[in-house]
Amino acid sequence: MDYSQFSAMIPELIVLGIFILVFLYDTFAGSGARKADGILTTVLFGLGTVAIFFAGTVPQECFGGMYVSNSITLALKSILNIGVFIVLIQSLKWTDSDDMTLRRGEFYELLLATLFGMYLMISARHFLLFVIGLETASLPLAALIAFNKKHYESTEAAAKYIMTAVFSSAVLMMGLSFVYGLSGGSLYYNDVAAAVAGGEMSGMLIVALTFVLAGIGFKLSLVPFHLWTADVYQGAPTSVTSYLSVISKGSAAFAFFVIFVQAFGAAYPEAWEWMLYGIIIITITVGNLFAIRQKNMKRFMAFSSVSQAGYIMLGVIAANSIGMASMLFYILVYIFSNLGAFGVIQAIENQSGKLSMGDYRGLHKSNPWLAFAMTLAMFSLAGIPPFAGFFSKILIFTSVTASNSMALYMLVLIALINTIISLYYYLLVVKAMWISPEEPVVPQFRSALSERVGLWICVAGIVFIGLLSPIYQLLTDASVADAAQLFAWLG
Amino acid sequence: MDLGILWYLVPSVLMFACGVYGFVTRKNLIAILISLELMLNAADLNFVAFNRYIFPGQMEGMIFTLFAIAIAAAETAIAIAIIINVYRAIGNTDINEIKKLKF
Repeated sequence: MDYSQFSAMIPELIVLGIFILVFLYDTFAGSGARKADGILTTVLFGLGTVAIFFAGTVPQECFGGMYVSNSITLALKSILNIGVFIVLIQSLKWTDSDDMTLRRGEFYELLLATLFGMYLMISARHFLLFVIGLETASLPLAALIAFNKKHYESTEAAAKYIMTAVFSSAVLMMGLSFVYGLSGGSLYYNDVAAAVAGGEMSGMLIVALTFVLAGIGFKLSLVPFHLWTADVYQGAPTSVTSYLSVISKGSAAFAFFVIFVQAFGAAYPEAWEWMLYGIIIITITVGNLFAIRQKNMKRFMAFSSVSQAGYIMLGVIAANSIGMASMLFYILVYIFSNLGAFGVIQAIENQSGKLSMGDYRGLHKSNPWLAFAMTLAMFSLAGIPPFAGFFSKILIFTSVTASNSMALYMLVLIALINTIISLYYYLLVVKAMWISPEEPVVPQFRSALSERVGLWICVAGIVFIGLLSPIYQLLTDASVADAAQLFAWLG
Repeated sequence: MDLGILWYLVPSVLMFACGVYGFVTRKNLIAILISLELMLNAADLNFVAFNRYIFPGQMEGMIFTLFAIAIAAAETAIAIAIIINVYRAIGNTDINEIKKLKF
Protein backbone atom coordinates (compact mmCIF):
# COMPACT_ATOMS: atom_id res chain seq x y z
CA MET A 1 0.00 0.00 0.00
CA ASP A 2 1.18 3.46 -0.81
CA TYR A 3 1.37 5.33 2.47
CA SER A 4 2.33 8.59 0.81
CA GLN A 5 -1.33 9.22 -0.01
CA PHE A 6 -1.93 10.00 3.64
CA SER A 7 -0.08 13.25 2.97
CA ALA A 8 -3.27 14.52 1.29
CA MET A 9 -5.07 14.18 4.61
CA ILE A 10 -3.12 16.89 6.42
CA PRO A 11 -6.14 18.44 8.22
CA GLU A 12 -7.31 15.05 9.51
CA LEU A 13 -3.81 14.11 10.60
CA ILE A 14 -3.40 17.40 12.47
CA VAL A 15 -6.69 16.95 14.34
CA LEU A 16 -5.79 13.33 15.09
CA GLY A 17 -2.36 14.44 16.35
CA ILE A 18 -3.93 17.02 18.67
CA PHE A 19 -6.38 14.36 19.86
CA ILE A 20 -3.56 11.96 20.71
CA LEU A 21 -1.48 14.63 22.44
CA VAL A 22 -4.43 15.75 24.58
CA PHE A 23 -5.31 12.15 25.37
CA LEU A 24 -1.75 11.29 26.45
CA TYR A 25 -1.46 14.47 28.49
CA ASP A 26 -4.78 13.84 30.18
CA THR A 27 -3.83 10.24 30.95
CA PHE A 28 -0.34 10.74 32.29
CA ALA A 29 -0.35 14.23 33.82
CA GLY A 30 -0.87 14.57 37.57
CA SER A 31 -4.17 15.79 38.91
CA GLY A 32 -2.77 19.31 39.33
CA ALA A 33 -1.30 19.53 35.86
CA ARG A 34 -4.50 18.17 34.39
CA LYS A 35 -6.11 21.53 35.09
CA ALA A 36 -4.25 22.79 32.02
CA ASP A 37 -6.12 20.41 29.66
CA GLY A 38 -8.36 23.16 28.35
CA ILE A 39 -5.58 25.69 27.77
CA LEU A 40 -3.41 23.03 26.13
CA THR A 41 -6.17 21.94 23.75
CA THR A 42 -7.08 25.50 22.87
CA VAL A 43 -3.48 26.51 22.15
CA LEU A 44 -2.73 23.35 20.17
CA PHE A 45 -5.94 23.71 18.23
CA GLY A 46 -5.22 27.36 17.51
CA LEU A 47 -1.85 26.37 16.05
CA GLY A 48 -3.53 23.55 14.13
CA THR A 49 -6.07 26.00 12.70
CA VAL A 50 -3.27 28.18 11.33
CA ALA A 51 -1.43 25.14 9.98
CA ILE A 52 -4.51 23.82 8.19
CA PHE A 53 -5.22 27.25 6.75
CA PHE A 54 -1.78 27.37 5.18
CA ALA A 55 -1.72 23.70 4.18
CA GLY A 56 -1.18 23.24 0.46
CA THR A 57 -4.20 23.80 -1.71
CA VAL A 58 -3.03 21.49 -4.47
CA PRO A 59 -6.06 19.35 -5.33
CA GLN A 60 -5.34 15.81 -4.29
CA GLU A 61 -7.19 12.52 -4.24
CA CYS A 62 -6.43 9.43 -2.27
CA PHE A 63 -7.75 5.91 -1.71
CA GLY A 64 -8.90 5.68 -5.30
CA GLY A 65 -10.78 8.99 -5.13
CA MET A 66 -12.74 8.15 -1.98
CA TYR A 67 -11.16 11.13 -0.28
CA VAL A 68 -10.45 14.44 -1.97
CA SER A 69 -8.68 17.48 -0.70
CA ASN A 70 -9.04 20.72 -2.64
CA SER A 71 -9.34 24.41 -2.00
CA ILE A 72 -13.05 24.35 -1.16
CA THR A 73 -12.79 21.53 1.40
CA LEU A 74 -9.78 23.26 2.96
CA ALA A 75 -11.74 26.52 3.07
CA LEU A 76 -14.67 24.88 4.84
CA LYS A 77 -12.35 23.05 7.25
CA SER A 78 -10.70 26.37 8.11
CA ILE A 79 -14.11 27.96 8.68
CA LEU A 80 -15.16 25.12 10.97
CA ASN A 81 -11.80 25.36 12.76
CA ILE A 82 -12.45 29.00 13.59
CA GLY A 83 -15.81 27.97 15.04
CA VAL A 84 -14.35 25.11 17.07
CA PHE A 85 -11.61 27.42 18.34
CA ILE A 86 -14.22 29.90 19.61
CA VAL A 87 -16.24 27.05 21.16
CA LEU A 88 -13.09 25.82 22.94
CA ILE A 89 -12.34 29.29 24.32
CA GLN A 90 -15.90 29.75 25.48
CA SER A 91 -16.00 26.37 27.19
CA LEU A 92 -12.87 27.01 29.31
CA LYS A 93 -14.85 28.50 32.19
CA TRP A 94 -17.37 25.67 32.22
CA THR A 95 -14.74 22.90 32.14
CA ASP A 96 -12.96 24.64 35.01
CA SER A 97 -15.85 23.99 37.40
CA ASP A 98 -15.45 21.48 40.20
CA ASP A 99 -17.73 18.68 39.03
CA MET A 100 -15.78 18.57 35.77
CA THR A 101 -12.39 17.77 37.32
CA LEU A 102 -12.42 14.10 36.44
CA ARG A 103 -13.96 14.42 33.00
CA ARG A 104 -12.37 17.59 31.68
CA GLY A 105 -10.06 15.81 29.27
CA GLU A 106 -12.84 13.64 27.89
CA PHE A 107 -14.78 16.69 26.80
CA TYR A 108 -11.92 17.87 24.60
CA GLU A 109 -11.15 14.39 23.28
CA LEU A 110 -14.75 13.76 22.26
CA LEU A 111 -14.97 17.20 20.68
CA LEU A 112 -11.89 16.53 18.55
CA ALA A 113 -13.18 13.06 17.62
CA THR A 114 -16.43 14.47 16.26
CA LEU A 115 -14.50 17.13 14.36
CA PHE A 116 -12.43 14.37 12.76
CA GLY A 117 -15.64 12.69 11.61
CA MET A 118 -16.92 15.94 10.15
CA TYR A 119 -13.69 16.40 8.19
CA LEU A 120 -14.15 12.95 6.66
CA MET A 121 -17.75 13.80 5.82
CA ILE A 122 -16.66 16.98 4.03
CA SER A 123 -13.91 15.31 2.03
CA ALA A 124 -15.75 12.09 1.22
CA ARG A 125 -16.49 11.37 -2.42
CA HIS A 126 -17.71 7.83 -1.76
CA PHE A 127 -20.83 6.94 0.21
CA LEU A 128 -19.03 4.47 2.48
CA LEU A 129 -16.55 7.10 3.67
CA PHE A 130 -19.43 9.54 4.04
CA VAL A 131 -21.38 7.17 6.29
CA ILE A 132 -18.30 6.42 8.38
CA GLY A 133 -17.63 10.15 8.77
CA LEU A 134 -21.25 10.85 9.66
CA GLU A 135 -21.25 8.22 12.39
CA THR A 136 -17.84 9.26 13.70
CA ALA A 137 -19.29 12.73 13.98
CA SER A 138 -22.62 11.88 15.56
CA LEU A 139 -21.75 9.13 18.07
CA PRO A 140 -19.29 11.13 20.22
CA LEU A 141 -21.81 13.97 20.10
CA ALA A 142 -24.31 11.75 21.94
CA ALA A 143 -21.73 11.22 24.68
CA LEU A 144 -21.07 14.97 24.77
CA ILE A 145 -24.77 15.74 25.13
CA ALA A 146 -24.98 13.36 28.10
CA PHE A 147 -21.95 15.06 29.63
CA ASN A 148 -23.65 16.80 32.57
CA LYS A 149 -24.15 13.52 34.38
CA LYS A 150 -25.66 15.17 37.45
CA HIS A 151 -28.31 17.03 35.48
CA TYR A 152 -31.28 14.92 34.50
CA GLU A 153 -32.03 17.11 31.45
CA SER A 154 -28.70 16.20 29.91
CA THR A 155 -29.48 12.48 30.11
CA GLU A 156 -32.93 12.94 28.65
CA ALA A 157 -31.57 15.02 25.79
CA ALA A 158 -28.93 12.39 25.06
CA ALA A 159 -31.54 9.62 24.99
CA LYS A 160 -33.63 11.61 22.54
CA TYR A 161 -30.60 12.47 20.42
CA ILE A 162 -29.18 8.96 20.12
CA MET A 163 -32.55 7.46 19.22
CA THR A 164 -33.22 10.00 16.46
CA ALA A 165 -29.61 9.83 15.27
CA VAL A 166 -29.73 6.04 14.89
CA PHE A 167 -33.16 6.25 13.29
CA SER A 168 -31.90 8.77 10.77
CA SER A 169 -28.80 6.78 9.93
CA ALA A 170 -30.95 3.69 9.44
CA VAL A 171 -33.14 5.65 7.02
CA LEU A 172 -30.03 7.00 5.29
CA MET A 173 -28.52 3.53 4.89
CA MET A 174 -31.77 2.18 3.52
CA GLY A 175 -31.71 4.98 0.97
CA LEU A 176 -28.09 4.26 0.14
CA SER A 177 -28.91 0.60 -0.44
CA PHE A 178 -31.40 1.68 -3.13
CA VAL A 179 -28.79 4.04 -4.55
CA TYR A 180 -26.43 1.09 -4.70
CA GLY A 181 -29.05 -0.96 -6.51
CA LEU A 182 -29.30 1.55 -9.35
CA SER A 183 -25.70 2.75 -9.37
CA GLY A 184 -24.05 0.02 -11.41
CA GLY A 185 -22.22 -1.50 -8.48
CA SER A 186 -20.17 1.43 -7.30
CA LEU A 187 -20.83 4.00 -4.61
CA TYR A 188 -18.43 6.69 -5.80
CA TYR A 189 -20.32 9.95 -6.21
CA ASN A 190 -19.15 10.21 -9.81
CA ASP A 191 -20.27 6.69 -10.70
CA VAL A 192 -23.65 7.27 -9.08
CA ALA A 193 -23.89 10.52 -11.04
CA ALA A 194 -23.17 8.72 -14.30
CA ALA A 195 -25.79 6.07 -13.53
CA VAL A 196 -28.37 8.71 -12.60
CA ALA A 197 -27.63 10.74 -15.73
CA GLY A 198 -27.71 7.65 -17.96
CA GLY A 199 -30.83 5.95 -16.64
CA GLU A 200 -34.35 7.28 -16.87
CA MET A 201 -36.22 8.62 -13.89
CA SER A 202 -37.35 5.54 -12.02
CA GLY A 203 -39.49 5.11 -8.95
CA MET A 204 -36.53 3.60 -7.17
CA LEU A 205 -34.47 6.75 -7.67
CA ILE A 206 -37.23 8.85 -6.16
CA VAL A 207 -37.45 6.50 -3.15
CA ALA A 208 -33.67 6.53 -2.76
CA LEU A 209 -33.53 10.32 -2.96
CA THR A 210 -36.31 10.70 -0.41
CA PHE A 211 -34.60 8.39 2.07
CA VAL A 212 -31.20 10.06 1.65
CA LEU A 213 -32.78 13.50 1.97
CA ALA A 214 -34.59 12.43 5.14
CA GLY A 215 -31.44 10.87 6.60
CA ILE A 216 -29.30 13.96 6.12
CA GLY A 217 -32.24 16.24 6.92
CA PHE A 218 -32.31 14.78 10.44
CA LYS A 219 -28.70 15.83 10.99
CA LEU A 220 -29.42 19.30 9.64
CA SER A 221 -32.76 19.53 11.50
CA LEU A 222 -34.75 20.48 8.42
CA VAL A 223 -38.40 20.72 9.23
CA PRO A 224 -40.27 17.48 9.08
CA PHE A 225 -37.22 16.00 10.80
CA HIS A 226 -36.51 18.75 13.34
CA LEU A 227 -38.42 17.51 16.38
CA TRP A 228 -35.34 16.46 18.33
CA THR A 229 -33.64 19.83 17.96
CA ALA A 230 -35.24 21.93 20.68
CA ASP A 231 -35.13 19.24 23.37
CA VAL A 232 -31.54 18.31 22.67
CA TYR A 233 -30.37 21.92 22.50
CA GLN A 234 -32.07 22.68 25.79
CA GLY A 235 -30.80 19.65 27.66
CA ALA A 236 -27.21 19.57 26.43
CA PRO A 237 -24.49 21.56 28.20
CA THR A 238 -24.37 25.01 26.59
CA SER A 239 -20.89 24.52 25.13
CA VAL A 240 -22.10 21.39 23.39
CA THR A 241 -25.24 23.14 22.19
CA SER A 242 -23.21 25.87 20.54
CA TYR A 243 -20.98 23.25 18.92
CA LEU A 244 -24.00 21.29 17.72
CA SER A 245 -25.72 24.33 16.30
CA VAL A 246 -22.89 25.64 14.15
CA ILE A 247 -20.14 23.11 13.46
CA SER A 248 -22.24 20.02 13.01
CA LYS A 249 -24.78 21.93 10.95
CA GLY A 250 -22.14 23.53 8.73
CA SER A 251 -20.41 20.29 7.86
CA ALA A 252 -23.68 18.44 7.23
CA ALA A 253 -24.86 21.27 4.96
CA PHE A 254 -21.72 21.06 2.86
CA ALA A 255 -21.93 17.28 2.61
CA PHE A 256 -25.57 17.69 1.61
CA PHE A 257 -24.54 20.06 -1.18
CA VAL A 258 -21.84 17.76 -2.52
CA ILE A 259 -24.03 14.65 -2.43
CA PHE A 260 -27.03 16.24 -4.07
CA VAL A 261 -25.19 18.28 -6.66
CA GLN A 262 -22.40 15.90 -7.52
CA ALA A 263 -24.06 12.50 -7.17
CA PHE A 264 -27.71 13.30 -7.91
CA GLY A 265 -27.19 16.42 -10.00
CA ALA A 266 -28.85 14.95 -13.09
CA ALA A 267 -32.07 14.37 -11.15
CA TYR A 268 -32.20 18.01 -10.03
CA PRO A 269 -34.99 19.35 -12.27
CA GLU A 270 -37.21 16.26 -12.10
CA ALA A 271 -36.88 15.19 -8.52
CA TRP A 272 -35.05 16.86 -5.72
CA GLU A 273 -35.43 20.51 -6.64
CA TRP A 274 -39.12 20.27 -5.72
CA MET A 275 -38.54 18.19 -2.61
CA LEU A 276 -36.00 20.70 -1.38
CA TYR A 277 -38.21 23.60 -2.45
CA GLY A 278 -41.01 22.46 -0.15
CA ILE A 279 -38.66 21.56 2.66
CA ILE A 280 -36.96 24.98 2.60
CA ILE A 281 -40.29 26.81 2.76
CA ILE A 282 -41.63 24.84 5.72
CA THR A 283 -38.24 24.81 7.45
CA ILE A 284 -37.91 28.57 7.44
CA THR A 285 -41.55 29.20 8.30
CA VAL A 286 -42.00 26.61 11.04
CA GLY A 287 -38.64 27.49 12.60
CA ASN A 288 -39.63 31.14 12.75
CA LEU A 289 -43.16 30.60 14.03
CA PHE A 290 -42.06 28.26 16.80
CA ALA A 291 -39.20 30.54 17.82
CA ILE A 292 -41.69 33.29 18.60
CA ARG A 293 -43.29 31.37 21.44
CA GLN A 294 -40.10 30.18 23.19
CA LYS A 295 -39.21 31.56 26.59
CA ASN A 296 -36.06 29.52 27.25
CA MET A 297 -33.06 31.04 25.47
CA LYS A 298 -31.58 27.70 24.41
CA ARG A 299 -34.88 26.52 22.93
CA PHE A 300 -35.23 29.90 21.27
CA MET A 301 -31.81 29.52 19.67
CA ALA A 302 -32.75 25.97 18.64
CA PHE A 303 -35.71 27.14 16.59
CA SER A 304 -33.73 30.07 15.29
CA SER A 305 -31.11 27.60 14.09
CA VAL A 306 -33.82 25.49 12.42
CA SER A 307 -34.87 28.47 10.35
CA GLN A 308 -31.22 29.41 9.64
CA ALA A 309 -30.71 25.87 8.33
CA GLY A 310 -33.45 26.64 5.83
CA TYR A 311 -31.54 29.71 4.66
CA ILE A 312 -28.35 27.64 4.35
CA MET A 313 -30.26 25.18 2.16
CA LEU A 314 -31.00 28.02 -0.27
CA GLY A 315 -27.38 27.63 -1.37
CA VAL A 316 -28.05 23.97 -2.20
CA ILE A 317 -31.16 24.63 -4.24
CA ALA A 318 -29.20 27.19 -6.26
CA ALA A 319 -26.92 24.25 -7.24
CA ASN A 320 -24.22 26.39 -8.81
CA SER A 321 -20.76 27.50 -7.78
CA ILE A 322 -22.04 30.85 -6.49
CA GLY A 323 -24.44 28.89 -4.30
CA MET A 324 -21.54 26.91 -2.89
CA ALA A 325 -19.49 30.05 -2.18
CA SER A 326 -22.37 31.93 -0.59
CA MET A 327 -23.34 28.90 1.46
CA LEU A 328 -19.82 28.76 2.89
CA PHE A 329 -19.92 32.49 3.54
CA TYR A 330 -23.28 32.08 5.25
CA ILE A 331 -21.86 29.32 7.44
CA LEU A 332 -18.90 31.53 8.39
CA VAL A 333 -21.14 34.46 9.35
CA TYR A 334 -23.59 32.13 11.09
CA ILE A 335 -20.72 30.71 13.18
CA PHE A 336 -19.76 34.16 14.44
CA SER A 337 -23.33 35.33 15.09
CA ASN A 338 -24.56 32.17 16.76
CA LEU A 339 -21.45 31.71 18.86
CA GLY A 340 -21.74 35.35 19.93
CA ALA A 341 -25.27 34.71 21.16
CA PHE A 342 -24.29 31.44 22.83
CA GLY A 343 -21.25 33.13 24.41
CA VAL A 344 -23.54 35.59 26.20
CA ILE A 345 -26.01 32.85 27.16
CA GLN A 346 -23.15 30.80 28.55
CA ALA A 347 -21.57 33.67 30.47
CA ILE A 348 -24.89 34.44 32.15
CA GLU A 349 -25.63 30.77 32.80
CA ASN A 350 -22.21 30.13 34.35
CA GLN A 351 -22.64 33.13 36.62
CA SER A 352 -26.25 32.89 37.72
CA GLY A 353 -27.78 29.77 36.18
CA LYS A 354 -30.46 31.89 34.50
CA LEU A 355 -31.65 30.85 31.04
CA SER A 356 -35.10 32.28 30.38
CA MET A 357 -35.71 35.33 28.25
CA GLY A 358 -37.39 37.12 31.16
CA ASP A 359 -34.10 37.04 33.03
CA TYR A 360 -32.52 39.22 30.35
CA ARG A 361 -34.75 42.17 31.24
CA GLY A 362 -32.77 45.31 31.92
CA LEU A 363 -29.49 43.58 31.21
CA HIS A 364 -28.02 46.81 29.86
CA LYS A 365 -28.10 48.38 33.31
CA SER A 366 -26.09 45.64 34.97
CA ASN A 367 -23.98 44.23 32.15
CA PRO A 368 -23.89 46.65 29.21
CA TRP A 369 -21.13 44.83 27.30
CA LEU A 370 -22.91 41.50 27.38
CA ALA A 371 -26.10 43.23 26.24
CA PHE A 372 -24.11 44.91 23.46
CA ALA A 373 -22.61 41.63 22.21
CA MET A 374 -26.00 39.91 22.33
CA THR A 375 -27.59 42.78 20.40
CA LEU A 376 -24.99 42.58 17.65
CA ALA A 377 -25.46 38.82 17.42
CA MET A 378 -29.24 39.18 17.15
CA PHE A 379 -28.95 41.95 14.52
CA SER A 380 -26.59 39.81 12.51
CA LEU A 381 -28.82 36.72 12.74
CA ALA A 382 -31.80 38.82 11.64
CA GLY A 383 -29.82 40.39 8.79
CA ILE A 384 -29.82 44.09 9.67
CA PRO A 385 -27.63 46.03 7.21
CA PRO A 386 -24.24 47.03 8.52
CA PHE A 387 -23.59 43.63 10.07
CA ALA A 388 -22.30 40.45 8.47
CA GLY A 389 -25.65 38.65 8.50
CA PHE A 390 -27.04 41.12 5.99
CA PHE A 391 -24.32 40.43 3.44
CA SER A 392 -24.54 36.68 3.83
CA LYS A 393 -28.30 36.82 3.24
CA ILE A 394 -27.88 39.04 0.16
CA LEU A 395 -25.30 36.71 -1.33
CA ILE A 396 -27.32 33.57 -0.75
CA PHE A 397 -30.46 35.18 -2.23
CA THR A 398 -28.45 36.32 -5.24
CA SER A 399 -27.14 32.83 -5.83
CA VAL A 400 -30.70 31.44 -5.87
CA THR A 401 -31.94 34.00 -8.39
CA ALA A 402 -28.93 33.46 -10.68
CA SER A 403 -30.81 30.86 -12.74
CA ASN A 404 -33.68 33.29 -13.48
CA SER A 405 -36.38 30.77 -12.71
CA MET A 406 -39.74 32.18 -11.61
CA ALA A 407 -40.24 29.50 -8.96
CA LEU A 408 -36.92 30.32 -7.36
CA TYR A 409 -37.80 34.02 -7.32
CA MET A 410 -40.94 33.06 -5.40
CA LEU A 411 -38.79 31.08 -2.98
CA VAL A 412 -36.61 34.12 -2.35
CA LEU A 413 -39.72 36.21 -1.78
CA ILE A 414 -40.99 33.76 0.83
CA ALA A 415 -37.59 33.72 2.47
CA LEU A 416 -37.61 37.52 2.55
CA ILE A 417 -41.03 37.63 4.22
CA ASN A 418 -39.70 35.17 6.76
CA THR A 419 -36.73 37.41 7.43
CA ILE A 420 -39.20 40.03 8.61
CA ILE A 421 -40.90 37.52 10.93
CA SER A 422 -37.51 36.54 12.30
CA LEU A 423 -36.72 40.20 12.92
CA TYR A 424 -39.69 40.27 15.32
CA TYR A 425 -38.44 37.53 17.60
CA TYR A 426 -34.79 38.49 17.46
CA LEU A 427 -35.79 41.98 18.51
CA LEU A 428 -37.82 40.55 21.41
CA VAL A 429 -34.49 39.69 23.03
CA VAL A 430 -33.08 43.12 22.25
CA LYS A 431 -36.22 44.74 23.67
CA ALA A 432 -35.96 42.73 26.88
CA MET A 433 -32.36 43.79 27.30
CA TRP A 434 -32.55 47.50 26.41
CA ILE A 435 -36.13 48.77 26.61
CA SER A 436 -37.84 46.94 29.49
CA PRO A 437 -38.05 49.39 32.39
CA GLU A 438 -37.77 46.74 35.13
CA GLU A 439 -34.77 46.45 37.37
CA PRO A 440 -32.17 43.98 36.05
CA VAL A 441 -32.65 40.34 37.08
CA VAL A 442 -29.04 39.32 36.52
CA PRO A 443 -26.73 41.18 38.92
CA GLN A 444 -23.64 42.98 37.68
CA PHE A 445 -20.66 40.63 37.26
CA ARG A 446 -17.33 40.48 35.52
CA SER A 447 -17.17 37.53 33.13
CA ALA A 448 -14.05 35.36 32.92
CA LEU A 449 -11.22 36.38 30.62
CA SER A 450 -11.83 33.41 28.31
CA GLU A 451 -15.48 34.35 27.84
CA ARG A 452 -14.56 37.94 27.07
CA VAL A 453 -11.94 36.90 24.51
CA GLY A 454 -14.46 34.58 22.82
CA LEU A 455 -17.07 37.32 22.69
CA TRP A 456 -14.65 39.90 21.29
CA ILE A 457 -13.68 37.52 18.48
CA CYS A 458 -17.36 37.03 17.66
CA VAL A 459 -18.13 40.75 17.76
CA ALA A 460 -15.16 41.51 15.53
CA GLY A 461 -16.34 38.82 13.12
CA ILE A 462 -19.91 40.15 13.05
CA VAL A 463 -18.77 43.70 12.37
CA PHE A 464 -15.95 43.12 9.90
CA ILE A 465 -16.62 39.89 7.97
CA GLY A 466 -19.36 41.47 5.90
CA LEU A 467 -17.17 44.41 4.96
CA LEU A 468 -14.16 42.32 3.99
CA SER A 469 -14.85 41.36 0.40
CA PRO A 470 -11.56 39.39 0.02
CA ILE A 471 -13.10 36.58 2.08
CA TYR A 472 -15.99 36.21 -0.31
CA GLN A 473 -13.61 36.47 -3.26
CA LEU A 474 -11.49 33.69 -1.77
CA LEU A 475 -14.52 31.44 -1.34
CA THR A 476 -15.76 32.15 -4.86
CA ASP A 477 -12.38 31.30 -6.36
CA ALA A 478 -12.23 28.12 -4.34
CA SER A 479 -15.70 26.99 -5.37
CA VAL A 480 -15.16 27.84 -9.03
CA ALA A 481 -11.98 25.76 -8.92
CA ASP A 482 -13.96 22.88 -7.46
CA ALA A 483 -16.89 23.28 -9.84
CA ALA A 484 -15.32 21.19 -12.62
CA GLN A 485 -15.35 18.13 -10.40
CA LEU A 486 -18.69 18.95 -8.83
CA PHE A 487 -20.54 19.34 -12.11
CA ALA A 488 -18.79 16.47 -13.88
CA TRP A 489 -22.18 14.85 -14.53
CA LEU A 490 -23.03 17.66 -16.95
CA GLY A 491 -20.61 15.98 -19.30
CA MET B 1 -33.63 -24.08 -6.31
CA ASP B 2 -32.82 -20.49 -7.11
CA LEU B 3 -34.73 -17.72 -5.41
CA GLY B 4 -35.15 -14.39 -7.19
CA ILE B 5 -34.03 -11.07 -5.77
CA LEU B 6 -37.58 -10.23 -4.70
CA TRP B 7 -37.41 -13.01 -2.12
CA TYR B 8 -34.85 -10.88 -0.34
CA LEU B 9 -36.03 -7.35 -1.07
CA VAL B 10 -39.62 -7.84 0.08
CA PRO B 11 -38.66 -9.28 3.50
CA SER B 12 -36.12 -6.52 3.88
CA VAL B 13 -38.70 -3.81 3.22
CA LEU B 14 -41.12 -5.59 5.60
CA MET B 15 -38.39 -5.65 8.24
CA PHE B 16 -37.78 -1.96 7.74
CA ALA B 17 -41.50 -1.22 8.04
CA CYS B 18 -41.72 -3.30 11.23
CA GLY B 19 -38.78 -1.38 12.61
CA VAL B 20 -40.41 1.98 11.88
CA TYR B 21 -43.69 0.75 13.37
CA GLY B 22 -41.92 -0.44 16.50
CA PHE B 23 -39.94 2.78 16.78
CA VAL B 24 -43.13 4.79 16.73
CA THR B 25 -45.34 2.64 18.96
CA ARG B 26 -43.06 1.08 21.60
CA LYS B 27 -42.91 2.70 25.01
CA ASN B 28 -39.69 1.12 26.27
CA LEU B 29 -36.27 2.43 25.27
CA ILE B 30 -34.82 -1.07 24.89
CA ALA B 31 -37.70 -2.09 22.62
CA ILE B 32 -37.13 1.05 20.56
CA LEU B 33 -33.47 0.12 20.24
CA ILE B 34 -34.46 -3.35 19.01
CA SER B 35 -36.70 -1.74 16.38
CA LEU B 36 -33.77 0.44 15.28
CA GLU B 37 -31.63 -2.67 14.89
CA LEU B 38 -34.31 -4.18 12.67
CA MET B 39 -34.18 -1.12 10.44
CA LEU B 40 -30.37 -1.17 10.22
CA ASN B 41 -30.37 -4.88 9.40
CA ALA B 42 -32.98 -4.35 6.70
CA ALA B 43 -30.60 -1.95 4.98
CA ASP B 44 -27.77 -4.48 5.27
CA LEU B 45 -29.93 -7.21 3.78
CA ASN B 46 -30.75 -4.90 0.88
CA PHE B 47 -27.09 -4.25 0.19
CA VAL B 48 -26.19 -7.90 0.20
CA ALA B 49 -29.13 -8.88 -2.01
CA PHE B 50 -28.34 -6.19 -4.58
CA ASN B 51 -24.71 -7.19 -4.59
CA ARG B 52 -25.44 -10.88 -4.99
CA TYR B 53 -28.08 -10.57 -7.72
CA ILE B 54 -27.35 -7.42 -9.70
CA PHE B 55 -23.58 -7.00 -9.43
CA PRO B 56 -22.33 -10.53 -8.74
CA GLY B 57 -18.76 -9.83 -9.81
CA GLN B 58 -18.11 -7.12 -7.25
CA MET B 59 -17.75 -6.76 -3.51
CA GLU B 60 -18.75 -3.19 -2.74
CA GLY B 61 -22.13 -3.98 -1.17
CA MET B 62 -20.65 -6.71 1.02
CA ILE B 63 -17.91 -4.38 2.23
CA PHE B 64 -20.46 -1.68 2.96
CA THR B 65 -22.47 -4.20 4.96
CA LEU B 66 -19.44 -5.16 7.05
CA PHE B 67 -18.86 -1.51 7.91
CA ALA B 68 -22.56 -0.98 8.54
CA ILE B 69 -22.62 -3.86 11.02
CA ALA B 70 -19.68 -2.38 12.90
CA ILE B 71 -21.33 1.05 12.93
CA ALA B 72 -24.60 -0.46 14.18
CA ALA B 73 -22.70 -2.17 17.00
CA ALA B 74 -21.08 1.12 18.02
CA GLU B 75 -24.44 2.86 17.94
CA THR B 76 -26.00 0.16 20.12
CA ALA B 77 -23.16 0.36 22.62
CA ILE B 78 -23.54 4.09 23.11
CA ALA B 79 -27.34 3.89 23.14
CA ILE B 80 -27.24 1.22 25.85
CA ALA B 81 -24.86 3.38 27.91
CA ILE B 82 -27.27 6.29 27.67
CA ILE B 83 -30.25 4.05 28.51
CA ILE B 84 -28.40 2.89 31.64
CA ASN B 85 -27.92 6.55 32.51
CA VAL B 86 -31.65 7.13 32.10
CA TYR B 87 -32.41 4.07 34.25
CA ARG B 88 -30.17 5.37 37.02
CA ALA B 89 -31.85 8.75 36.88
CA ILE B 90 -35.52 7.76 36.88
CA GLY B 91 -35.58 4.07 37.81
CA ASN B 92 -37.09 2.71 34.60
CA THR B 93 -36.81 3.02 30.84
CA ASP B 94 -40.37 3.99 29.99
CA ILE B 95 -40.48 6.85 27.52
CA ASN B 96 -43.65 8.23 29.10
CA GLU B 97 -41.46 9.19 32.05
CA ILE B 98 -38.93 11.05 29.89
CA LYS B 99 -40.92 14.15 29.25
CA LYS B 100 -39.37 16.96 31.20
CA LEU B 101 -38.04 18.72 28.11
CA LYS B 102 -40.89 19.88 25.99
CA PHE B 103 -42.55 23.06 25.00
